[in-house]
Amino acid sequence: MIELKINNINVKAEEGMTILDAAKSVGIHVPTLCHMKDLFPTGACRICVVEVEGMRGLTPSCAYPVSDGMKVQTNSPRVRQARKTIVELLVENHPDDCLICVRNKNCELQDLSEQYSLREHRFVGEKKDHAIDISSASMERDPAKCILCGRCVRTCNEIQKVGAIDFTNRGFSSNVTTPFNKGLNVSDCILCGQCILVCPTAALREKSHSKEVISALNDKNKFTVVQIAPAVRASIGEEYNLPLGTNVTGQLVTGLRRLGFKKVFDTNFAADLTIMEEGTELIGRIKNGGKLPMFTSCCPGWVKYIEQNRPQLLDHLSTCKSPHEMEGAVLKSYYAKKMGLTPADIFVVSIMPCTVKKFESDRAELMNDKMQDVDAVLTTRELVRLFKMAGIDFNDLPEDSFDNPLGESTGAAAIFGTSGGVMEAALRTAYFKLTGNELENLQLNDIRGNVGVKESTININGTDIKVAVVNGIGNVGIVLDQIESGKSEYHFIEVMACPGGCINGGGQPIHQKSEKVMKRVKVLYEIDENAKNRRSHENESVKKIYNEFFGEPNSYKAHDILHTTYVNRKELLKK
Amino acid sequence: MHDNIFEKYPKNDRSNLIAILQDIQDEFGYLPENAISEVSEFVGIPQCSVYGVATFYNQFRLIPLGKNVIRVCRGTACHVKNSANILTALEAELEIKAGETTRDKLFTIETVACIGACSIAPVININDEYYGRITVKEIPKIIKKYKNEMKKENAFEKIEESAE
Repeated sequence: MIELKINNINVKAEEGMTILDAAKSVGIHVPTLCHMKDLFPTGACRICVVEVEGMRGLTPSCAYPVSDGMKVQTNSPRVRQARKTIVELLVENHPDDCLICVRNKNCELQDLSEQYSLREHRFVGEKKDHAIDISSASMERDPAKCILCGRCVRTCNEIQKVGAIDFTNRGFSSNVTTPFNKGLNVSDCILCGQCILVCPTAALREKSHSKEVISALNDKNKFTVVQIAPAVRASIGEEYNLPLGTNVTGQLVTGLRRLGFKKVFDTNFAADLTIMEEGTELIGRIKNGGKLPMFTSCCPGWVKYIEQNRPQLLDHLSTCKSPHEMEGAVLKSYYAKKMGLTPADIFVVSIMPCTVKKFESDRAELMNDKMQDVDAVLTTRELVRLFKMAGIDFNDLPEDSFDNPLGESTGAAAIFGTSGGVMEAALRTAYFKLTGNELENLQLNDIRGNVGVKESTININGTDIKVAVVNGIGNVGIVLDQIESGKSEYHFIEVMACPGGCINGGGQPIHQKSEKVMKRVKVLYEIDENAKNRRSHENESVKKIYNEFFGEPNSYKAHDILHTTYVNRKELLKK
Repeated sequence: MHDNIFEKYPKNDRSNLIAILQDIQDEFGYLPENAISEVSEFVGIPQCSVYGVATFYNQFRLIPLGKNVIRVCRGTACHVKNSANILTALEAELEIKAGETTRDKLFTIETVACIGACSIAPVININDEYYGRITVKEIPKIIKKYKNEMKKENAFEKIEESAE
């Protein structure tokens, strides 16, 4: 135990703790910009400087360990002046367009400017001038707003291990960009949007589909419908100051109806459908000696990653479309037929916690009769903006339920939104399909939680089925290497590009607290525990759709509508 | 493509990155785009990080040099003798900025901190030749001289070609 004094308060800290963490433990806030929890400090931004007695200069508290008898001042005039100058210099090289900025009122630079009472422009000079990169289908990069904190670079390189962006050039021309400053669309980026979640300003943001959605809602000839991903209902409440981990499914449905959507469906229905298709595909591969291990294909970021980096392993990927694409495809085939609608008139909007889903919905492989399965994708954040624009006071909304038949779902579908959930749901159904009995233990703790690669073995009819769950694309390398060297023992592997799964997707409300993510996960597990049915094959609407339309899972028709193909993007990117 | 260079270094060792880039530049005069991706694969770090290093250091260039490289001394002595004007005049004459190459790939303008010829400041250096105590007036004449030489060379090449 180390004893030190911070602002004359006695603080007990552990060996190796930084001044920043020690200050935090006694309720002293020190501002940070480049600091990232659990990553090695870079000390680049200097906004966290403090005064340590006996040291000549100011010390970056995020990178300096505590020692016995240390005397620290975090709020002396000298510290405040230094911090204020840093903020002033950042602000002077930043566009003055807060009023029309997408991150207005949720911007760390704005907060700091307020905190240090910036009231005038002291250093007027040349501002950096960079073009906005709008090349990708999901994301925009606006380097003029970048304050070079480097959190996106570290997320991309150290956490996700994608390495699409890095610091380039030097001094005033420093810029976080892609190789040769080309568009994100031709870079290694998988559009997971984790960089958006860590960006303190609006330098990284999603590409908005709001305009398309609003004009579809205003178009009387369109039958505009909407579907919600499981993770959205567990997080959107945060934007309305509801307690963390509040389930707001009912309010969401009402809100969407008030926005003008003709029908409100649940992506969870299609998640159950996915399990039927993917489970059957897995059983088929195991029985008929198909390519194993099989990978899940729900996460479009992961699909893009394997297409770009390991196209030689593409036949390990399940051919199932992701749930929201399945929902869209079913809406424009089965549902249109049933309701007597022209498929071309149906406009399907997906509310997703994800940025890559925008890219996915544009894929040529996910088109049928020149129609996209899904016409527009809104992130959770964009939906909040739409609600605000429409004057919908979320907190006072009454609860409502989904439209049917594409609104019914089981508990297995709800947990799709968290890492390990797809695997758990698939095992519940695969076990039943192979043995005829229901899986007793519905809580597979081995594959829950926050570990990078989770493993489990489940005995089905005397055969050990080995499964793995990759939590975050940064952990997938080892698993892929195992397969390439022929050493992989797994049968089935789930991969989610975002750490924690969709619940922590790049389209979710922006925050810098990891504990929020765990609270969101709890919501999904609660929905599962309280569900009437907890296995996808128990979904009555899914049973009905097979009886009336598809025949059976993996039938010719099901393949036509619910399955897809992939492309080798390594070749495409090489040109 | 750069196997002759790569074979001198161990694979997946990022500490050799700069040395490899230097070798490639020695061979090609600049770092071609495909070299960046090949180096990234060889060293085992993302392409953008290699690009980041290549743009951080002044010694690396990503576009080939022009046939004639003009170096304008911007050291203290030359600065006092108004080398800024010399540079502006050159930039106006060739319609490029310092660090750029003309579209016909004939000229590149670079600035250097000090050429080491302060006694004849302001000084510029084109290829192997030094021009000391230079004035703005002389610049068009000097550039013309090099342009004419290039024309002659081209004419010779054409004659040789037709002779072949």
